[in-house]
Formats: sequence, C-alpha cells, structure tokens
Amino acid sequence: MDEITRTVKYEADTDPHFAEEIAGIARGETLRACIQCGNCSGACPVSPYMDYTPRRIIAMTRAGFKREALSSTTIWLCASCYNCTVECPKQIRITDVMYALKQKAIKERLYPKRFPVAVLAREFSAAVRQFGRNSELWLIIYLYLKTNPFAMLKQSILGLRLFLQGRMGLKRERIPMGTGKKGDLQTIWNALDRADR
Amino acid sequence: MNHLYYPGCSLKSTGRAYEESLLAVCATLGVGLTELQDWNCCGATSYMAIDEVKAFALAARNLALAEEQGKVGPGTPTVDLVAPCAACYLVLAKAQHCLEENKEVGGKITAALAAAQLQYTGRVVMRHPLDLFTNALGLDAIKAQVTKPLTGLKVACYYGCQIVRPYATFDDQYHPMTMDHLVTALGGTPVDWPLKTRCCGGSLTGTVQEVGLRMSYHLLKEARKRGADVLLTACPLCQFNLECYQDPMKALFPDHEPLPVLYFTQLMGLALGLERARLGLQRLFVPFRQPVGV
Repeated sequence: MDEITRTVKYEADTDPHFAEEIAGIARGETLRACIQCGNCSGACPVSPYMDYTPRRIIAMTRAGFKREALSSTTIWLCASCYNCTVECPKQIRITDVMYALKQKAIKERLYPKRFPVAVLAREFSAAVRQFGRNSELWLIIYLYLKTNPFAMLKQSILGLRLFLQGRMGLKRERIPMGTGKKGDLQTIWNALDRADR
Repeated sequence: MNHLYYPGCSLKSTGRAYEESLLAVCATLGVGLTELQDWNCCGATSYMAIDEVKAFALAARNLALAEEQGKVGPGTPTVDLVAPCAACYLVLAKAQHCLEENKEVGGKITAALAAAQLQYTGRVVMRHPLDLFTNALGLDAIKAQVTKPLTGLKVACYYGCQIVRPYATFDDQYHPMTMDHLVTALGGTPVDWPLKTRCCGGSLTGTVQEVGLRMSYHLLKEARKRGADVLLTACPLCQFNLECYQDPMKALFPDHEPLPVLYFTQLMGLALGLERARLGLQRLFVPFRQPVGV
C-alpha cells in the first residue's frame, strides 16, 4: 500500500508570524485588506505557468503557509511588470510582496534547487557586489554553469552573433572598488554590512 | 539643455545601439547629455530579490552622485537624470519614493552614503528620453528638424511594462501615448494596438525560455496583425527579447513571421536624416530595410 500523507494542514502547521513578517519587508501593510478578487492573477501575464497564481500566494502568505509560499516557482516567475500592483483594487503592492517572498526564500534557502531565476538573482547580485556593474556575458556564463551547462552550447550561437554584431564583449565592466575615496561603493557595502550585524 | 545621463549596464553591451542612437539624436537636437561618472548598476530586478536595503543603496548612490555632479545647490534646485533603460528608470524612481516614504530604510541608506561622504537630498528628477523629447524639448522642435519624414511607415509603439508602471508621471499607465505622438511628429503612422504595456518576458527569456518566448511572440504577432512594419521599443531588454530571439521563436511557433524591432531613437535618427551606422542599425538581427523619407 502507498504511504498515506495528510493533505490538509492543521493550524499548528502554519507560521502565525509569516504574514506580518512579509508585510513588514514589503511595506505591504494592506496585505490583510486583500479581498481575493483575483484581479492580480488575471492581470499577470505569467500566471499560466505558476504553481500558485498570485491571488493564491497572497492567501497562502496571509494564512501562514510559509514553506509552500517560499518554495513556490510563482515568486521566481514574477517578471516584475507591476501589472498586478496597478490593477489591485486594494492598492496592495503585490510586486513588492513577491520581492519580499524572494528575499525570504533566499535567506532561508527554500527556493527550488537549481531554478534558474533564483540562481540568476544570486549570481547577478554577487557580481554587482564585487564589481559595481554587471557584465551580461559573464552573468550568462555563470548562470548556465550553475544550472544547465549543456544548454550553454545551444545558446552559444546567439552569443556568437551578439559578439559579431558588437553587442557583447569579453570585458568585465567595473568601477574602482575599495579605494576608500569619496563615493567608494565598497565603503557603502561595509557600512551596510556593519548595520546588518 | 544639459542633462546628466545614466546609461546602465545594458547600454554598454546588448543595448549598445540604443546608446549610439540616443547620443546621435541628442547631438542633432542640441540636447546635451553628460554621462554620470563612476555610476554603478541600478540593481535591476535581481538585486531586489536578495536584499532590499542594499538594492536601494545601489540606486541611491547613483542619485547622490547625480546631485554632486549636477551641482545642486543655491540656484540649481534640481538636476535631471536621464535613464533610457526601463529597468534603470523604474528602479531609480522607485528608490526615490522609498527613501522619501520609508524613514527606516531611508535612514540606513543615508548613514551608509554618509560613510562614503555622499548624500542624497531628494533633488534629482528622473527622466526617460521619451519624457525628455516630448515634454522638455517638445514635439514642435523635433518636427522642425525632420528631413526624412516616415511617410507611410506603420509603427507599433511598444512601451513595455516598467516605464509607465507604477512610478512614472509623464505618461498614462494604461494607454501611454508619448511615443505615438513622437512617431506622428516624425511623419509616421502609429498603429492602434492593445499590447503597448504588456510585459515582453523580461529576464525570463534568459532563464525559463519558453515562458519568455511565448510572451514576446504574442506581442510581435499582434503588432503584425495590426499592420505594423516595425515595432519600436524604449528598453534594452525589450529590444533584446523581441529581436534576438526570433529564430528560437520561429522554432517554437512556426507561424511566426520576422518583424524588425528598433529603438525609438533609431527611427528618430533616420527621420532626422542621420546615417544608419551612427544609429547602430548594422547591429540588428532582423534588418530594417524599409526606405524612409522617399
């Protein structure tokens, strides 16, 4: 006989502080005002691909379904087009709620493993943190190495064409870092890191 | 007219033709653009997925540099910062809103900027080139310089999502018209189409390709259906998604027909009589062959 698992959650399984936590990050104080009308899901151009529609993510967040919300693909498929934010009749900043969920998922390492969007966010931020600017070629190389190295071959034709058209170079874009001079981005990072601790 | 110019990472790479055409057009129209020195990445959509305060700090550093290099002070109450990339424009404008309304985040960022002897006092005016051309310069001034009007050219004006939502004030969130009016001033004919602000897929085209390809495909299909000869964009990522992926798009959707996708500044340059090479038109994957001004 197959193993029987409970499919409905008890209240004790949920996280009673999750909604407040997310609302706090996203300044989504209005999260509780959601009337579950579904305008966000209708407005979202990516919702056909999501495991939960934006409306359901809001409901799950409110009800404390932390693990489900944070490990969903939904939050990573959000392309930040802000259509839901503009369409929400209760003025909930849904795009910012998605960002808050992404931040939390990264912190708690709950994002779907090897999911390219989460990997992209991590690689992008690491490069910007180190160099101050993003170099598209290097970002793509790291993204493929960490998700699907074999797919890189397929993309290499596009990369080559871009190179030939002068639209992609090998150079690393960067600004001076760690100079200690006025405006040094490294000084700003250090100050923010200290404040975090 | 002098303005500070924030190119952003894409305009130095895949969106190089956007920078080339923008600078050429501005030089012709007498609009001075001075590149912000030592600018850093705006953070785009990715940094915000990692850390909110650090993402806003990236944006705030650029705003602080703009105040300093634009020499705001007595006699210069504000400085214009022109950001052609839709993501940069949105992120910088969003950071301005956040710093103003959220004292907690704002306080942390002010302190971090101060450590690097910078400050941001809220006196930067973010401008997208569409805003700059239609509102600051004015369409009459542009019209007067048109030497090769786009007569008979049908144009789908695509604004994308991030320019007009949700922080921009220069155009309507639902039915933006600045690019349409600009095309009319250049002698062209904007087609009426409903997907002006529908998302192109953004970075999804590079990560979960099928999702992005489908979104871009729908845009191009609808533009064609409405009779467009060319689709204009105002964002480097929109242009990249809509133009460079037309081959894989064709593989996935066999009824796809190629459509040239230009930056609106490239078409402006043609109408102003500039050479194609100055406008980066040789960098297109789907060539734009239609003669203009004949």
